[in-house]
Amino acid sequence: MPETMTTAAPSAVTLTIDGKTVTAPPGTLLIEAAKQAGIEVPSFCYYPGMALQGACRMCLVSIEKMGKLQTACTTTVAPGMVVHTENDEVRNARKAMLEFLLTNHPLDCPVCDKGGECELQDAVFRYGAAETRFMESKLHHEEKQFSKLIYYDWPRCILCYRCVRVCDEIMDVNAYGVAFRAAHSEIIPNRGEKLECEECGMCVDICPVGALTSGTYRYKTRPWEMNYTGTVCNHCGDGCKTTLSIRNNEIIRANNRDHSGINGEFLCVKGRFGWDFVNSQERLLEPRVRRNGSQAPASWDDALGLAVERLKAVIKEHGRDAVAVIGSNRTSNEENYLLQRLARSVLGTNNIDHHRTADYASLVGALTAAGAKDRHATMAEIASANSILLIGNDPTQQHPLVALQIREAVRQHGAHLYVINRNRIKLAERQAAVFAEVKNETEALASLIGDSPSGELAALREKLQAESDTVVIFGSEIQGRDVQRLVRWALALPGRTRFVALGDYANSRGAADMGLLPNTLPGYSPVSDVAASARFESVWGGSIPSKPGRNIREIIVDIDSGAIKALLVFGSNPAKTFGVSKETLAKLSLLFVADLFPTETAAMADVVVPAASFAEKSGTVTNLCGEVQALRKTMRKAGTRSDFEILLALARLLGAAWPYRTPDDVLREIVERVPGYSIALPHLLVGGAVPTRPEGAPLALERADLVFSSGDSLFTSGSVSRFSWALNAPEEARRPRGHIF
Amino acid sequence: MGFRGQKIEMISDALKSKFDQVIAHYPSKRSAIVPLLVFGQDEIGHVSGELVEEIARRVEVRPIEVEETIGFYSMLHRRPIGKHNFQVCTNVSCMLRGAEEIMAHCERRLGIGHKQTTADGLFSLEEVECLGACCGAPAMQVNYDFYENLTPEKVDALIARLKKGGA
Repeated sequence: MPETMTTAAPSAVTLTIDGKTVTAPPGTLLIEAAKQAGIEVPSFCYYPGMALQGACRMCLVSIEKMGKLQTACTTTVAPGMVVHTENDEVRNARKAMLEFLLTNHPLDCPVCDKGGECELQDAVFRYGAAETRFMESKLHHEEKQFSKLIYYDWPRCILCYRCVRVCDEIMDVNAYGVAFRAAHSEIIPNRGEKLECEECGMCVDICPVGALTSGTYRYKTRPWEMNYTGTVCNHCGDGCKTTLSIRNNEIIRANNRDHSGINGEFLCVKGRFGWDFVNSQERLLEPRVRRNGSQAPASWDDALGLAVERLKAVIKEHGRDAVAVIGSNRTSNEENYLLQRLARSVLGTNNIDHHRTADYASLVGALTAAGAKDRHATMAEIASANSILLIGNDPTQQHPLVALQIREAVRQHGAHLYVINRNRIKLAERQAAVFAEVKNETEALASLIGDSPSGELAALREKLQAESDTVVIFGSEIQGRDVQRLVRWALALPGRTRFVALGDYANSRGAADMGLLPNTLPGYSPVSDVAASARFESVWGGSIPSKPGRNIREIIVDIDSGAIKALLVFGSNPAKTFGVSKETLAKLSLLFVADLFPTETAAMADVVVPAASFAEKSGTVTNLCGEVQALRKTMRKAGTRSDFEILLALARLLGAAWPYRTPDDVLREIVERVPGYSIALPHLLVGGAVPTRPEGAPLALERADLVFSSGDSLFTSGSVSRFSWALNAPEEARRPRGHIF
Repeated sequence: MGFRGQKIEMISDALKSKFDQVIAHYPSKRSAIVPLLVFGQDEIGHVSGELVEEIARRVEVRPIEVEETIGFYSMLHRRPIGKHNFQVCTNVSCMLRGAEEIMAHCERRLGIGHKQTTADGLFSLEEVECLGACCGAPAMQVNYDFYENLTPEKVDALIARLKKGGA
């Protein structure tokens, strides 16, 4: 979330803090001005980006010519002000406040989850306020379980209201309140004794003490016993940076307390709790090979050997186009790049596709055609937009970070949100300036940009035309020619219109960018484009077939017809996503599946190999805004191999001499060869999100049933979420899709 | 009136029109939360979940904001209480004039303690802070009525009368 906005002002204010001369814009809070000058004023209730509370009295400072100590979190800077943040008076006041906060606070730090990273502990340590004059027995309430994922321990609570405010202001869920009075005050959940909410866990994360604890982390470890690695969440396409906490080669927790990355400290239920699929007991840990009708464990050599043997036989007997490849929305850019290289230059076919969840090819094509390839909005630009047009999708459920950015744009600087949707989604109910409830987004788009828009669309268009620098966000409802029409029309709106297409998964965008498409090379040039092919042929050797391959629907039809004899599936579950029947899959001479779990597709495979999860590999992924971020290997899972390693092995066994030793080698080739991906590596390496500017002239979208969203909810994530305890345990997970909390 | 164990589902039309009137008195709707709760509790006997939802809807806040308000005021009851709520003052003036004895007597005769309700749902008892009736100490408030210069005998007579259905 963005930091508190400081008003741009004509003249700065000069004041003195602890003898230092400090200059700050008028309206700056003293606590922020001090921070800018490198002086930390302690606070519990003050939190940048949220409403002021003035409740904890920890930030008291002494200001000359003012009688009493003042709260630095609510006092704004004034010219000539002389502030002391660490004199005896201040230190004594803080010490007294801490003694007061500890009157009922249990000193169970040795077993408290927060011990070692507790703001109260730190403050008591700093001010030496361990002594107490309080002799009475402490008030006590038993701990409450607010939900499967969130617990509340009343005695530890210091009533800073951070949880109440983060839930209300940042999340717009408002699931918490404070009831009763004085020493008896307590945080209450919205449904009697229980919470009914998005289960994002922001309250747990933001709690300065151990009052709110996590159902998955509590009493498991001490913070100093873990190793921390920053990587990228593998669920939706938003690309939240997450810090995985590892102990004994197991993920214990995910959060982003260092506020790094495009999401700051934000994570949704999937990011904060839904990583537990990585630890699932159902993970595939050894290759399996079908012999005499049933799958049995096999060695890696046997499994890959059998796959390659069958592949060679199919190619020999039926030709190269009897092989097809289905790629993943979650594997890294490097893996996707190698997968299409395997298909195009080793197997020699363009029969490669993936479950497309947004039409990135059409967006890139339309922007390139309009000479506007730099008009992909970044995640930060959504939050700073003045005007946002949202067509289709339900970001609150499907793209929690995009939804947060939209809410922040509206909340922090009054941006106008225009929503066109068939459902009364939460953003339409709560944030929209104009909401056009329509039967169908495609028809609504035609009406919106047509000669005489109907009903609310007319009002919406009129207002939109008075806006500037609009960010246009659309779901899979808008695809093919409609994307071109939308882009052409919206680019004519005032200012710098920018675009975001909402793809479902962690690397949906990267899959399209890396050319997991039957007619498109990495970087969106058609396979028939000789010059574009030459770019890759010159490093790969050999030639890339120039005839477009079969798309995923045609692949399925031709498995059934017998024209496709071998299918390689990486991190995808077409049996479920595309409803491919067992009978159809049984017709293949080779069904090879690399996956984390025994999916419906894996169950039918002739060869299944256990793939590594996002936490077990390095590489890069591209979020739905086109920002590239680095995945970092945080742990190992015995028995698995990354898709990168699997692909290298397959290529070697198929007789190709690939020069790559690490994913970084592949990334260098991508940066060099894929249009739009010539990104700055240093920024990437320090955990930044680097925007890409793809350009190309891809062929038109082949048909209407290739691009569709899975319509995941906050608690589902394709074929992965069923292997997560945290995403199934909360009561809310059983609510109908699209339920508003 | 709401009794223990008895579920009241409906909010009367009279109460609804009262709500409309009250809300109209305030420049901001949410200012009406406390009076609405008081009028609602008077009719229903306690603040029911349905009443919380209804008030939240009418003043356009989320139900939890109404819950916060209820928690702040000790005279608002989120659970059903007895038909007659004995609020015995034990602050200084009353204490000096025998309030502790009155409280103990109430506990004995009603068979319940502080913040408890009799099984028949007729009486509740609570110890409260100053009722502002020091001139008539020891005093207690039963629902909206004050009883002053109390003695154990007076309390017995009151309990007997209320049991018979008197007001």
